[in-house]
Amino acid sequence: MKGAGATVAVTGKADRLRSWLAHHQRVFVSTLSELLSRPVASLMTWLVIGIALALPMILYVMLENASMVSGDWAGKPRVSLYLVRDVTVSTRQALVRNIESQEGVDQVLFVSSSDALEQFQHRSGFGDVLSTLDRNPLPHVVEVVPNSNDPLNLTTMIAGWEAIPAVERVSVDLAWLERLFALLSFAERLVLAIAVVLALGVMLIMGNTIRLAIENRRQEIVVIKLVGGTDAFVRRPFLYLGFWYGLGGAVIAFILVQASLLFLSGPVETLAQSYRDDFALQGPGFFGNLLFLLAGSMLGVAGSVLSVSRHLAEIEPT
Amino acid sequence: MIKFDAVSKRYEGSVDALSSVSFELADSDMSFLTGHSGAGKSTLMKLIMLMERPSQGQVFVNGANLNRASKRQIPYVRRGVGVVFQNHQLLFDRNVFDNVALPLTIAGFSPREVGRRVRAALSKVGLGDKEKKFPVALSGGEQQRVGIARAVVNKPPVLLADEPTGNLDPELSREVMNLFDQFNQVGVCVLIATHDLELVRTMGKRELVLRQGRLISGGDV
Repeated sequence: MKGAGATVAVTGKADRLRSWLAHHQRVFVSTLSELLSRPVASLMTWLVIGIALALPMILYVMLENASMVSGDWAGKPRVSLYLVRDVTVSTRQALVRNIESQEGVDQVLFVSSSDALEQFQHRSGFGDVLSTLDRNPLPHVVEVVPNSNDPLNLTTMIAGWEAIPAVERVSVDLAWLERLFALLSFAERLVLAIAVVLALGVMLIMGNTIRLAIENRRQEIVVIKLVGGTDAFVRRPFLYLGFWYGLGGAVIAFILVQASLLFLSGPVETLAQSYRDDFALQGPGFFGNLLFLLAGSMLGVAGSVLSVSRHLAEIEPT
Repeated sequence: MIKFDAVSKRYEGSVDALSSVSFELADSDMSFLTGHSGAGKSTLMKLIMLMERPSQGQVFVNGANLNRASKRQIPYVRRGVGVVFQNHQLLFDRNVFDNVALPLTIAGFSPREVGRRVRAALSKVGLGDKEKKFPVALSGGEQQRVGIARAVVNKPPVLLADEPTGNLDPELSREVMNLFDQFNQVGVCVLIATHDLELVRTMGKRELVLRQGRLISGGDV
């Protein structure tokens, strides 16, 4: 078919590329101004998409914050070695050195029984009661931070420490950590599932919106096809329309997320500070937001592609 | 040029719309396609436009065998064929200039070239001063001429017209026909489907007559 095309060909490849780019540019602008010329209708669509995008985003931000807090404990289960009461200074020093030199140990902290008593009095509020005791009931403790949280490794290490005569008891609080992580990974899955469902929803909304746009411009599509417009040419404005819908929706969602963070940060930080004193609710960050806007736009384009591929082929001149 | 080689077209569950039609129109030809409604005029036009595919036989347009044109190539075939429709097929949300510019925009001409060619085409059809107007503000005859300007603006080697004078009074019809004649003078192959036998006779051009899908006059044996 080269012959037929050549008879009406434009001058050269460079010209063709330039006009192709020019058409993209023109459609890019014209689709936006088309949306802005019907502000109410467009805003409605943007709001629907925005809300659908904001919900998983807010959940995700919350989850990120929760894992950030727990992340400090994540890799480092603490193991407490309670020493026998009458352990000598030299024995316990040797013990600390020994454990420090072991492979897989990150940090060793010796807490003497008197230090422990002082801390306990300080924190528990039982100071007065404790002072009536005639002797310190607390043992010396060696706090060990292993550098792995692999349960199997940990179990072998703990078995080794339990065998040391100077060690009375080994306590490791793994169960609640495991539960926390299980809970977090469950929540992560849940957020992912919600995000997938809502993303699908956004694509369906997009698809329907674009279908209506195609229906409205049926006559134009027929004429363009009759005078030799390629499918890509016909498709282009609808894909850009999808892009603008997605981007606009993502901007609305961004505003909603920032507003909810502002709204929630007070109570959440008060709550968090009762556990730790350096907590502040973190937003998705610059790149997070950028990625989010990009994802919204791409979702719009994807929904549009689906709709266009379904409905555009049906419109042929007859 | 247009060439039909033993072309038949049968629509699903119907009689033959065209049966074994053969003819050839050279680049310099201007011809009329006549026949009653349902004689197959529209089908023949649609085959040239690749809006339909033949059931049998081969159609050649501008040297290309349309049977071998893939779906992707259809737009490029159509760019070589200007079409004037009875109902104009203008876009009412754009002005005259943008309507006429459409084929050029599609083919990727630069804005400057588009402007130059659109103005040339509009002045050719006598609408040089109407480029900013919207189609609703034009008379039927003017709308038809906008359609003609759009059909010829990218200088296609073949020009088809489907009942171009269907809604026009005799005087306007003659004007439109003279326009087609002028395009033909500069080497465009023109094929006009029409009911207006009176007009055909006065023009004194080749006439292809269809009856019940058969070419009964003006074709090749």
